[in-house]
Amino acid sequence: MKISKEKISKYVFFGIALSSLSVLAVITIFIFIKGLPIITKVGVINFVFGMNWAPSKGAFGIFPMIIGSVSVTLGAAILGVPIAICCSIFLAEFAPPTLRNIFRPAIQLLAGIPSVVYGFWGVLFIVPTIRNYLGGPGLSILAGSIILAIMILPTIISISEVALLSLPSQYKEAAMALGLTHWQTIHSLLLPAAKSGIVAAIILGIGRAMGETMAVIMVLGNAVAIPQSILDPVRTLTTNIGIEMGYASGEHQQALFATGIVLFVVIMLLNAIAQYVTRKK
Amino acid sequence: MRVNPRTTQKIAKLLIWSAALLVMTILLAIIIYILAKGIPVLNWQFLTQIPRNMGRSGGISSSIIGTLLVTAVAVIVATPFGIGTAFYLTEYTRESRITRIIRFSAESLAGIPSIVYGLFGFIFFVIYLNMGWSILSGGLTMAIMILPTIIRTSEEAIRTVPHLYREVGFSLGATKWQTITRAVFPSALPGIANGIILSIGRCVAETAAVILTAGSALRMPISPFSPTRTMAVHFYILAREGISMENAYGTAALLIILIFLINIVLNMLVNRFVSKGR
Repeated sequence: MKISKEKISKYVFFGIALSSLSVLAVITIFIFIKGLPIITKVGVINFVFGMNWAPSKGAFGIFPMIIGSVSVTLGAAILGVPIAICCSIFLAEFAPPTLRNIFRPAIQLLAGIPSVVYGFWGVLFIVPTIRNYLGGPGLSILAGSIILAIMILPTIISISEVALLSLPSQYKEAAMALGLTHWQTIHSLLLPAAKSGIVAAIILGIGRAMGETMAVIMVLGNAVAIPQSILDPVRTLTTNIGIEMGYASGEHQQALFATGIVLFVVIMLLNAIAQYVTRKK
Repeated sequence: MRVNPRTTQKIAKLLIWSAALLVMTILLAIIIYILAKGIPVLNWQFLTQIPRNMGRSGGISSSIIGTLLVTAVAVIVATPFGIGTAFYLTEYTRESRITRIIRFSAESLAGIPSIVYGLFGFIFFVIYLNMGWSILSGGLTMAIMILPTIIRTSEEAIRTVPHLYREVGFSLGATKWQTITRAVFPSALPGIANGIILSIGRCVAETAAVILTAGSALRMPISPFSPTRTMAVHFYILAREGISMENAYGTAALLIILIFLINIVLNMLVNRFVSKGR
């Protein structure tokens, strides 16, 4: 009897693992079934590079949203990545233990705050500041980039910190023994050695920025147009879905799922790259 | 011109310290502002009354209940699958093609944006399985969303259990099942609990996926098939449509306090886990 119980438990665990695996397949299938018809009807090129989004008139071009997503994500990366990497170096190398014990849970808390709260805070502080000091409507690429930069900090900081901490301590000891300063050690030895982990962290952070919806709905202004400057409002792929999903039906709804497909494909590519980079090491 | 390494070090240190300081300032600015505006709104009535007049007056009791129920469904469904998958990956198989595929898909699931989960939950649970906008649809969508977190944290927790535990179990004549349930699982439990609490935090904070699957009804839910409006969604609607800033601040403050408490419990667990490991 014992042996059969063993066998059963093994199959049960295998079944559970398989069903966890199949979730990804089911998600992919359902999103594609719902979204693909409109893409094939409009044509991939017309859908992806179309400049005109007017669902009521049957015009489904998402190029302005792609530009929107790319510009906001790029802005977030430019602002957020250097700060995040500095913070991870701070945590791994410079922070005194007491400060580290405060800083680390604080970063966790930053990760836990609901995205809508960030968006709200952005509307209250970032948007008026931009409007008053830099001009434009305030609701803009810049506002979205700042909010997203803050939101991707925890992801990048924690993964890069792990990458830095997992380096063998001999690296540092050897460098110090050769008379290098602490910063020279970090700059010329530790950062290059932890490169793959840090790159993966940045890619995952970029993925998060591109996938964020509710916070950016509140600060981007959501106009469907190619922006001329970082002070212009834009709409991203995610906010397009978030704003219109509430009332869309028929082809319009399909087009939103198709927007989801584009987003899904881009994010999966980013994930695959991140996983590849981490594994190559 | 070569700059003295000591000078470079000073500049680098200055930059790094200021980056850390900046991040702390931003965090404090957000939290203190929301709490300062929101805590005065929090009182017994706000917590126990249902919203009236679209949320302009009254409390948020139905949203609190809705949040708890959606989170409960998600955790109850995702936990057995997450832990089971983690045990399969660590105890029942060697590294192989299948484990690589399972791990790849778990990591990919972790990266999928919540709005895509919302789309999926809407088309699959709400429409295809005909559950409508409901606590069940929202909870099941969230279950899928937190699954990768539970798998990863459980896997890590199980891996940190010393190999000796298994060897002793086997040498005493215990079967694999007995060894796993009586020796490995109990000592991995704090780490697993860690992942579950982290997931609870994600459920409470989520907006995009929940609004598309659980709906935004303000009524008190009466069954798993009732639509509901979680606190994060309620806050979003109040703030975005300018219905009531006061109640928006109150809801946000409560959300932040909840997340704060969850983090405290999490850290206590981690510390206990770490000290036990030594």
